[in-house]
Amino acid sequence: MYDFELVKPASLAEAVKAMGDDGAQALAGGQTLVPTMKQRLASPERLVSLTGIAELQGVSAAEGRVTIGAATCHADVAAKAAAHYPGLAALAGQIGDPAVRNRGTIGGSLANNDPSACYPAAALGSGATIVTNTRDIAADDYFQGMFATALEEGEIITAVRFPVPQAAGYVKFAQPASRFALVGVFVARFADGVRVAVTGASNNGVFRWAEAEAALSGDFSADAVTGLTVPADDMIADLHGSAEYRAHLVGVMTARAVRAAG
Amino acid sequence: MTKVTMTVNGKTVSADTEGRTLLSSFLRDGLGMTGTHIGCDTSQCGACLVHVDGKAVKSCSVFAQEVAGAQVRTIEGMANADGSLSVIQQAFQDHHGLQCGFCTPGMVMSAAALLAENPKPTEHEVRHYLEGNLCRCTGYHNIVKAVLAASGQDVSGLGVAAE
Ligand SMILES: Cc1cc2nc3c(=O)[nH]c(=O)nc-3n(C[C@H](O)[C@H](O)[C@H](O)COP(=O)(O)OP(=O)(O)OC[C@H]3O[C@@H](n4cnc5c(N)ncnc54)[C@H](O)[C@@H]3O)c2cc1C
Ligand code: FES
Ligand code: FES
Repeated sequence: MYDFELVKPASLAEAVKAMGDDGAQALAGGQTLVPTMKQRLASPERLVSLTGIAELQGVSAAEGRVTIGAATCHADVAAKAAAHYPGLAALAGQIGDPAVRNRGTIGGSLANNDPSACYPAAALGSGATIVTNTRDIAADDYFQGMFATALEEGEIITAVRFPVPQAAGYVKFAQPASRFALVGVFVARFADGVRVAVTGASNNGVFRWAEAEAALSGDFSADAVTGLTVPADDMIADLHGSAEYRAHLVGVMTARAVRAAG
Repeated sequence: MTKVTMTVNGKTVSADTEGRTLLSSFLRDGLGMTGTHIGCDTSQCGACLVHVDGKAVKSCSVFAQEVAGAQVRTIEGMANADGSLSVIQQAFQDHHGLQCGFCTPGMVMSAAALLAENPKPTEHEVRHYLEGNLCRCTGYHNIVKAVLAASGQDVSGLGVAAE
């Protein structure tokens, strides 16, 4: 790993300042960034550690919403969001393994936007708002393809705000070695309709499945999506599964997510 | 260089670090505590697993400066005060929960974290919890057996691989 300067700001204001210089990059749980730096795929000159900043930690609920500080680790979301948004807590509890969940954060996961990551499905499927140090970004505008997001250089995610649906479920077909989603589907039923977000499947990253949303908004049952298919054209194909296999799994996982939502 | 102080297995220790000094190398190279193993060095295998403030973490993916002031526990801190093996370590020996032993420090630390959270886990819960610890030798069965035995449960029925 190349050498760099590690800074540990105590407040968001200090972190924003430290991120202002060229070559500065945010460090959250390090579960993705540290291995990436060891492979020399990233070589920041300064790492700005966010995990010690109290304002970026914690889970709070008010007026039908749950707000999660960006530096909250997956294990804390699994434990602390359970009473407010069980579908989201259950997703956090399925990420990686216990040690990954003790370090990895929601902000790091959303900033990275790995095409096989779990949180992007929850954020898009819930219609969440990504809150940064400068603005609020709707999930529908935030995800811009594999590893691409609406974040600007130096912008820091501070929190993620989730509207709490009437029911929600996430089911992933875990890639057995990494436990990332080979395909994962998040389904959320709101008073005004159903949202369905698919991760792990597409070359363009997480996406909403409009046909399933329409079918489930009329009839929220696993039967409602039986027979619906997504085209295999844009699906990821690798040694773990072909494009056709992933397209098939999208239908299967959607039905299971609806059953999990109850 | 920045001096980092933390508590390792109950003793206060300090060493000079660079920003890029990993907790794993602080322990191994800085303190000469080589019980914490480096397998993959990319947060996949769990051989480097230690406890930081009671929580299981992969020390190859945490910088030493990030955990300044923390309470760290490593495999060197697992034996009883008189030097005899702890219940978990003894169970690994009794049930052949290791062959080459490379994964064992991480497995023991993971098992200790599990049993602290969940003193009587089911076989399924043990397998699920140990997902982040890879073993290339044992096929896991005897590791699971050792962890169940360490929790005080009867493992005499677990003779052959159940999964
Ligand atoms: C063995 C293993 C298994 C895993 N399994 C899964 C899984 O099943 N599902 C899943 O979804 N993920 C999985 N992950 C990924 C894990 O959830 C990571 O924690 C996550 O992708 C990155 O979060 P982090 O906090 O570690 O971020 P870091 O690695 O610290 O940072 C990642 C990126 O985000 C940027 N960043 C971090 N925080 C912010 C912020 N607040 N604002 C702006 N930019 C920021 C960093 O600069 C960096 O570019 C796994 C990882 C490992 C090692
Ligand atoms: S060496 Fe740290 S997880 Fe493999
Ligand atoms: S005993 Fe050899 S890797 Fe587990």
